[in-house]
Amino acid sequence: MDVVVEVENVSKAFDSNVVLEDLSLKIEEGENVTIFGRSGTGKSVLLKCIVGLLEPDIGDIKFYGHSVLNKPINELNEMRKEIGFLFQSAALYDSMTVRENLEFPLRRIFNFSDEEINQKVVTVLEQVGLEKAIDEMPASLSGGMKKRIGLARTIITKPKLILYDEPTTGLDPITTKEISLLITTLQKELKTTSIVVTHDILCARIVSDRAVVLKDGKLRFEGEIENLLKSDDIFLRNFFSDQIIEENRSNNG
Amino acid sequence: MFSLRFFKEVFIPPYEFGEIKKHMEELGIKTMPIVSVTGIIIGLVLAMQSQPVLARFGAESFLPTMVSLSVIRELGPVLTALIFAGRVSSGIGAELGSMRVTEQIDAMEVSAINPYKYLVVSRILACTLILPILTLYVNLLALIGAYFAILLSDGMNWQLYIDSVFKSLEFADLIPGILKTFFFGFIVGSVGSYKGYNTTSGTVGVGRASTSAVVLSSLLILLVDMILVKVTVWLWT
Repeated sequence: MDVVVEVENVSKAFDSNVVLEDLSLKIEEGENVTIFGRSGTGKSVLLKCIVGLLEPDIGDIKFYGHSVLNKPINELNEMRKEIGFLFQSAALYDSMTVRENLEFPLRRIFNFSDEEINQKVVTVLEQVGLEKAIDEMPASLSGGMKKRIGLARTIITKPKLILYDEPTTGLDPITTKEISLLITTLQKELKTTSIVVTHDILCARIVSDRAVVLKDGKLRFEGEIENLLKSDDIFLRNFFSDQIIEENRSNNG
Repeated sequence: MFSLRFFKEVFIPPYEFGEIKKHMEELGIKTMPIVSVTGIIIGLVLAMQSQPVLARFGAESFLPTMVSLSVIRELGPVLTALIFAGRVSSGIGAELGSMRVTEQIDAMEVSAINPYKYLVVSRILACTLILPILTLYVNLLALIGAYFAILLSDGMNWQLYIDSVFKSLEFADLIPGILKTFFFGFIVGSVGSYKGYNTTSGTVGVGRASTSAVVLSSLLILLVDMILVKVTVWLWT
């Protein structure tokens, strides 16, 4: 299996606040990895470093064996064409309709005909189940719908790697489950590798094969989710106990 | 550095003609009502204020000349630019600022799209190109406003007024006034974009970007005007 992302001894600090410290991680092709951690432990920073939005202070990050650091912008953009990023807020362009949001990356960075673009837009909207929202403005969509459209915009370019930054934050448990199942379905259909940053154990259980837990910017756990939940580590037990109780409660309910 | 990047990016394809046209239309339409009122009032007030002063020296017949020179050389360009800064620079600051804090600019960047070119270059160019047009429009309205003031006090006929205005105006009076509006438009676009593009601290930062864009662009307009007046006087004499 090819290694898609390799994080090598990465450290990153903002002034005196160290958010990542000597972190190393490998993600292989086809893997779906969840990154857990308390707020401010550098999960989102790690995603932004992988896609080249931020640069680590120390260490290296490789995408298919090529370092993403210190690349000229055109080479970095070539690499970014292979990566999809679903932001926590979905980051839909406010001034554009759903159709324009989806067409935007296709028109700007690929040479598709109008017919091909239209076909792709219709297809992804069917995949996320929002065909009727095609002419809506983002402001008129609910939180869950925005996430779905954000997901549609992420997959429309058929990336090899998708980075999800808290895809279910702020959603109710039913919508969380729907979005998580949708992510899993798309992962299988598109055969992508994914890294999911979340606090949500339900989402992680549905979408990922492997979990990574960060504490104070360092790797605290790496392994299967079920092993994570059975761990004797006090930090891990405290971190997940409330969520497990909540999950059991909603399952019983 | 932010503004210098504009000169590097503006010549590199793809050219954002569609975006520039869209912004020019938007900015023109948004600013039109307020600059229309401003234009008429500048002319009216200037004529009403100047008439008694000129009358004291027996120079009332120079009123159309004085009004037209003041409006076209200085008041029209500067006041239009200040109104434009208040209306547009804050709008650009707030729009780009909210795009920054809601990660829309990051979303463009990770999609391999150059957000500076798409968002900033098109806005700066639109401001630079639309302000001279608005200034010509304000100048015209100010001259019409001044005529109404003169008509009410002296009953001067339109033909005589227009003749006096055009006799006193030279091509050299019009050019510096219009040329400097390209600088002012550039200032409004680049300051608004800079403040918005570099917004931090969430929604508080958006408000701060919007306010400081107006303050900074207004100050820069006045400062650059002073320099350009000096340069113009030096070149023309």
